[in-house]
Amino acid sequence: MIDFDNVSMRYDPNHTALSNLTFHMAKGEMAFLTGHSGAGKSTLLKLAALLERPTNGKIVVNGCNYKRVSRRKIPYIRRNIGLIFQNPHLLPELTVFDNVALPLVIHGFSHQEIQKRVRAALDKVSLGNKERCYPKGLSGGEQQRVGIARAVVNRPALLLADEPTGNLDPDLSAEIMNLFQEFNEVGVTVLVASHDLPLIASMRHRIITLKQGRLFDAGAQLQWQANHVQEEGVLV
Amino acid sequence: MSLSDRWHKLLERHAHASVSSLGRLWRTPFATMLTLLVIGVALALPACLYVLLGNVQSFGQGWDKGAQISLFLKVSVSQATAQDLASQLKQRDDVANVTYISPQDGLKKFQAQTGIGDIVEDLHSNPLPAVLEVQPTLSVQTPKSIEALLTDLKRLPQVDIAELDMQWLKRLYTIIEVIRRGVWALAALLGLAVLLVIGNTIRLSTQNRRQEIEIIKLIGATNSFIRRPFLYSGMYYGLFGAIIAWILVSITISWLNVPVVQLAKLYSSQFSLHGLGFLGGVKLACVGIVLGFFGSWFSVNRHLRANEL
Repeated sequence: MIDFDNVSMRYDPNHTALSNLTFHMAKGEMAFLTGHSGAGKSTLLKLAALLERPTNGKIVVNGCNYKRVSRRKIPYIRRNIGLIFQNPHLLPELTVFDNVALPLVIHGFSHQEIQKRVRAALDKVSLGNKERCYPKGLSGGEQQRVGIARAVVNRPALLLADEPTGNLDPDLSAEIMNLFQEFNEVGVTVLVASHDLPLIASMRHRIITLKQGRLFDAGAQLQWQANHVQEEGVLV
Repeated sequence: MSLSDRWHKLLERHAHASVSSLGRLWRTPFATMLTLLVIGVALALPACLYVLLGNVQSFGQGWDKGAQISLFLKVSVSQATAQDLASQLKQRDDVANVTYISPQDGLKKFQAQTGIGDIVEDLHSNPLPAVLEVQPTLSVQTPKSIEALLTDLKRLPQVDIAELDMQWLKRLYTIIEVIRRGVWALAALLGLAVLLVIGNTIRLSTQNRRQEIEIIKLIGATNSFIRRPFLYSGMYYGLFGAIIAWILVSITISWLNVPVVQLAKLYSSQFSLHGLGFLGGVKLACVGIVLGFFGSWFSVNRHLRANEL
């Protein structure tokens, strides 16, 4: 699903975020990405989501070689990737429902289809009763769940999350991680960057460790995951 | 995806963009109204001048058949002789057409054109002579050759007066042309002002919504998706501004029309100012929409280029 081949990223001569990184993630796999701040976690996710382009190296995600993607085609690539950030990036003047509906509106789904899918996504994150609220009226955990609903409403094959629990207390964090696991169980490939080691260690998934822009430990793919790989994109 | 599906999707997106941008304008009524008034005034000024110019032109119409020589025949000339002369003149190479106007026809025409019928009716006899209207062929219509034709015709024994009524018309049209160009120059300048006002308004709104644009880009919005609501806003500004301008022009014209009609009445004329009219209003609206479209197009594209992700 994700193939990094000798990827380097230099922002300027003195600042190398990633150097010669090679790693692979299979379809339907779930993995955590960890390391100190500045180890290159965010950069890796940005490259995987085509928010930035590498200085060197080859990136293939979902069968698509990013080098061959023209600028005009980038939006269409992003539609197949669910992105989740530490800050959920909701639009304050839209209701929860409209926030979650945005990717579908962008995609041009019909009104009925949007209603159906948004309700399903909100139910999945247990916020079905909050669809008319505005983000301001929600707690941090709830806002993050709205962000997750928005990321999955399009039924992407890949979920990338950058410190999704960074602002949350341990209970809420575990809840969010369980959500990701549920998505993974229906076939979505999930890569979560987090430095909450105790939490991710408890989840029995592969842990990829970065250190100063290099791959420190690629982690071991656990056996049970391979058996759980199902058809892509069956979600919500 | 079939063609009709795509078409349907596109329509749905456009509907969404047009409605949501209208809603956005509605939610900031004061700022929107202020912008619309600026646009309205900027558009109303050239539109008003344009309408007034049209009125002056229509006032001059009817005399607008180019050079024409009127031969006023001597009263002693009979109708038969006059018609003979007319057919004789028609043979000439430099004459395209000759119209015979009997004294009776002349009187009727005079009444109709001037509107002083009441006075004419009081007359006991017809004071008008028979007239031959001579239209030179187009190739002759240079001032010099027309002069030559005129002197020729003047020498005819049946002709009392030969008159070339062109000089004043020429002056009038030259003046109108000067004013017309002035109006266009002003219209171009004020059109540019409207373009800039709308462009700047949209620029501010892209800046206010910078974060929103960034977020929807992250979730896969294309540039055209981001651009669309702004383009609609720009076009709404142009359209509503034009409607305000239309109203302003109508008010101005009807205000001016009162003394104009009074003045015309003093000359026993039925002349009155015509306004922008439906077609003129539609044209004005189109101009507004086009200016709005391009104003916002430049602003949004600049923003998108500056914030490439």
